[in-house]
Amino acid sequence: MIEEIITSGRMNPEIDPLLHIWGWEISLYLYIGGLVAGILFFSALLVLLNKEDKFTFSVKMLPLSAPVLLGIGLLALFLDLSHKLYFWRLYTIIRLNSPMSWGAWTLMAIFPLSVLWCCIWLKDNFTTFKWPYTWLDALFETGKKYRKLIAWMLVGLSLILGMYTGILLSAFNARPFWNTSILGPLFLVSGLSTGAAAIILFSKNRQERRLFSKVDMALIGVELFFIIHLFMGFLAGVRVHIQAAELFLGGPYTAPFWIFVVSLGLILPALLEFLELKQFKIPHVIPAVMVLFGGLLLRIIVVSAGQASRWLY
Amino acid sequence: MRYAMAIDTKKCVGCSDCVVACQLENDVPEGYCRDWIVEITTGTYPDLQTEIRSERCNHCANAPCVRCCPTGASHFEDGGIVLVQPNECIGCKACIAACPYDARYVHPDGYVDKCTFCLHRVKKGQQPACVAVCPTKCLYFGDIDDPRSKISLLLKKRKWKTLIPEAGTDPKIYYLI
Amino acid sequence: MLKAFGSANITAPSYAQCRGPREVAFIGTFGEGVLSPERTDIRDTRCLVLIGSHLGENMHNGQVQEMSDAIDKGATIITVDPRFSTAAGKSKYWLPIKPATDMALLLAWIHVLIYENRYNRSFVEKHTYGFDELKAHVASYTPEWAYGITTIKPDLIRKTAYEMAGAAPATIVHPGRHVTWYGDDTQRLRAVAILNALLGSWGQRGGFYNPDKVHIPHFKSPKYPKPKHTWREAFPGKYKLADMALASGICDATIPSIERDCSLKAWIVNGTNLLSTLPDKKKTIEAIQSLELLVVIDTMPMEITGYADVVLPECTYLERYDMLRSSPHREPSIALRMPAAEPLYDSKPDWWIAKELGIKLGLEKYFQYDNIEEVLDWQLKQLGSSLDEMKKIGVKKFPREFDDLYMDLNEDFEFNTNTGKIELYATSFDDEGYDPLPVYKEHEQPPEGYYRLIYGRAPMHTFSRTTNNPNLSELMDENTLWVNPKVAKTWDLKNDQYIWLENQDGVSSPNSIKVRITERIRWDSVYMVHGFGHTDRRLSRAFKRGVADSDFITRVHVDPVMGGTGMRGNFVTFLFNAPSVGKGGKA
Repeated sequence: MIEEIITSGRMNPEIDPLLHIWGWEISLYLYIGGLVAGILFFSALLVLLNKEDKFTFSVKMLPLSAPVLLGIGLLALFLDLSHKLYFWRLYTIIRLNSPMSWGAWTLMAIFPLSVLWCCIWLKDNFTTFKWPYTWLDALFETGKKYRKLIAWMLVGLSLILGMYTGILLSAFNARPFWNTSILGPLFLVSGLSTGAAAIILFSKNRQERRLFSKVDMALIGVELFFIIHLFMGFLAGVRVHIQAAELFLGGPYTAPFWIFVVSLGLILPALLEFLELKQFKIPHVIPAVMVLFGGLLLRIIVVSAGQASRWLY
Repeated sequence: MRYAMAIDTKKCVGCSDCVVACQLENDVPEGYCRDWIVEITTGTYPDLQTEIRSERCNHCANAPCVRCCPTGASHFEDGGIVLVQPNECIGCKACIAACPYDARYVHPDGYVDKCTFCLHRVKKGQQPACVAVCPTKCLYFGDIDDPRSKISLLLKKRKWKTLIPEAGTDPKIYYLI
Repeated sequence: MLKAFGSANITAPSYAQCRGPREVAFIGTFGEGVLSPERTDIRDTRCLVLIGSHLGENMHNGQVQEMSDAIDKGATIITVDPRFSTAAGKSKYWLPIKPATDMALLLAWIHVLIYENRYNRSFVEKHTYGFDELKAHVASYTPEWAYGITTIKPDLIRKTAYEMAGAAPATIVHPGRHVTWYGDDTQRLRAVAILNALLGSWGQRGGFYNPDKVHIPHFKSPKYPKPKHTWREAFPGKYKLADMALASGICDATIPSIERDCSLKAWIVNGTNLLSTLPDKKKTIEAIQSLELLVVIDTMPMEITGYADVVLPECTYLERYDMLRSSPHREPSIALRMPAAEPLYDSKPDWWIAKELGIKLGLEKYFQYDNIEEVLDWQLKQLGSSLDEMKKIGVKKFPREFDDLYMDLNEDFEFNTNTGKIELYATSFDDEGYDPLPVYKEHEQPPEGYYRLIYGRAPMHTFSRTTNNPNLSELMDENTLWVNPKVAKTWDLKNDQYIWLENQDGVSSPNSIKVRITERIRWDSVYMVHGFGHTDRRLSRAFKRGVADSDFITRVHVDPVMGGTGMRGNFVTFLFNAPSVGKGGKA
């Protein structure tokens, strides 16, 4: 028997007995980051592929939600900060070593760009809309002319944003469950998948929905592949990584993860999307909502499980 | 100059004087602590072994908390002491997540707080509070860059280990075993 | 004040509930006690033998510091304890003895030293009396015999005896401190004293040094009256070797009895929570109820204050002057305690309480001073210091009167015993009708389903006095019940589960205790830290936290030699539901 106890009664709030510094705020922030990355990525990508008039919803309409969502995400992040009045300190320095710094600056860049992107398409979306000032109109018309350039920037930034949501966690060597480089790609793909699901959910264009059903199925396939890799990597790792994997293989996270995230959040919606493509009558809302919900739950579980996994010494 | 601490586990009895000394010296809020005692027992009765350790921030040379801090609030002072500058800290808690030793906590005032090696005392030429009060004299604080310091000599003479060396943090708290 | 009033019934539980047996045993052997602080030269020892003594958890500061020094110098530590204590964790040899069989081990060690010729022959021949009687006495006490009783392998008994002999005379078989266990404690400590004598460690570097202390002059006052009655009247013909009053004896002397024409009528209890300190709570309460007046002087609301007719709030040691401290040590020294802060509320220092009470009682002539500073300054000036100087330095050392920290072995030495020698065979015990050589006596073992209750200390707390301190309660705010994993499995106990306890007499405690499953305790015993389970609601941090071991100490094995209260003969079993008053809901 090995008995390892702290005998001086340490009970630091949020640290003992189990680390619990991050709750729903960070999960939501990471989820929204991924979702926005997905939305902007597809919008910009379709522009680069010259499909902007074919898939108007995903290119022009859905990105309108991006600044709003980003606002909610940043609000969630802000709520999590415990020394809120010093928030501005984030923007007095760029620290390349710190994923948190990267994220803050990426958001700083992508937020105005997403606003610009929305404004470019505002007149296309609402034909009666008119800018109150001519210089604004001229500005966004110019912007539209350079939309490919902006789209390139958006593709790059949204990939960084989607990746960052995973890297933020994976950079923590101290938490074995997070400390795997596959978390970045996994969160990126999951973010893109939720972006595609958002398009499926709200688009009125059947062709657009079918396209993104296919895209989503492919993304889910990649995601499942990454998840399997995640656990294979852990199980082939050192003891603390094996223990981290065991949290999901018989441990407390087993049921929520494999039932709600993997089965109901990935496999089943992919199956439903497949059946729908095969002309079965399935309301497109169902798989889309399942994917969106599964994505959120994935963040919640990963954020929580990482804090439950630790080095033993 | 590189400050470090060596803790003789053969002598430590886990009395927790170091914990109370730290709390009083540094006005640590009630319910919090910057140092603590761990007891590990291995084996089966009657073949048993225990190790008692007074633990605190390891003031790592490769500190993950300093690396992940987005504002630079967590930083290295002269002598390698890892410190948090409260008015630069935004309370994102990334450093807490990054520390494999769980040595940090959020102070009730919002910023992240931890062991400072009692820098304010060290600057005056005094020992950190925990070292000063230890009744078994099992804590040694000093400069490991100085080959003639007591701690350097001890680390040369005795067998020692650090905690979680495999995490690659290069900790500067040495446990004499 | 009490002496001026004419009472000699002044006592502390540190004698009959703690270190009394060892003083009597050592006086009976060496003609001198171990004293407090102990004269053990731990700093320079090469082999330290701890028997049920948990230095390190028992934070007796001087001894712990010296043990640490000894570890630094590479001393061997041998620990005898059914529990893997902190000290055991630092020992080269740990002897996980079956509780209540220590005497067998000691006798076997004596046997090995004598029959394998490992004792200090020249020391024994020159300075001791009764070796031949001892040799004959221990002939049958072989390690093989002891193995059957103690469960310690003969090989280990021999090896540790050789280790002690190899380091001698710098070997300390430590007499321990809280040694009132099974009722034959004085005899057990006699065996310890004999071992030390055989090793020749008395008066030697690394063994037992000769302490010296400063004699503080008595402030001028008239001679105290001679008391008419003392506590001893409660024990005609008993405990004759007790050299101090028994705290528990005071209880007996209070409860009226037809055999006595006089009982104690009033107590003044100063800073000791008798209800958790004394065993046999029922008797203590009976005694309190027989009193006409109970005055309690304390800094905190303790259980005892609830029984008091009058409570006199005392300020803490940081807020007052006390009388000068002069303890026997290597170098004589005096120490001053002075206030670091003004007293809070209406609390007063004890010297003030004593003086004011004295004046009220018409004893002014004994209190011819305005305040304590005057007394201290006068005393210090007599010693060649002053209050002003002591305020600056705190502690002052004095040269020894005689340069005899260690005994010169070549010189003849007259010990303060009947024979003038170290008495392996204790003639004083013989005279009073007690065994002159220690005899092994079997003690009761726990019945099926019960476990011996062992209690001890945690380094962060001073008995029950500090469990309400904000900083210290943060370190440890409740005690836990140490249970061996095998026992836990039998009872299906889980870590951190709360359970209730009931002892062999059906006595239970309303408080529950948290289970700690650990390999560090023997399967026939359970262990808890003393000082918890307070029942006074005003102790906001300690109220109802953990369990008081004294609740279960209802069976007391009284030492016939000096009246020590043996408290380790109580057994408890586990209850899974809170016991209802009257009948326990036994699991």
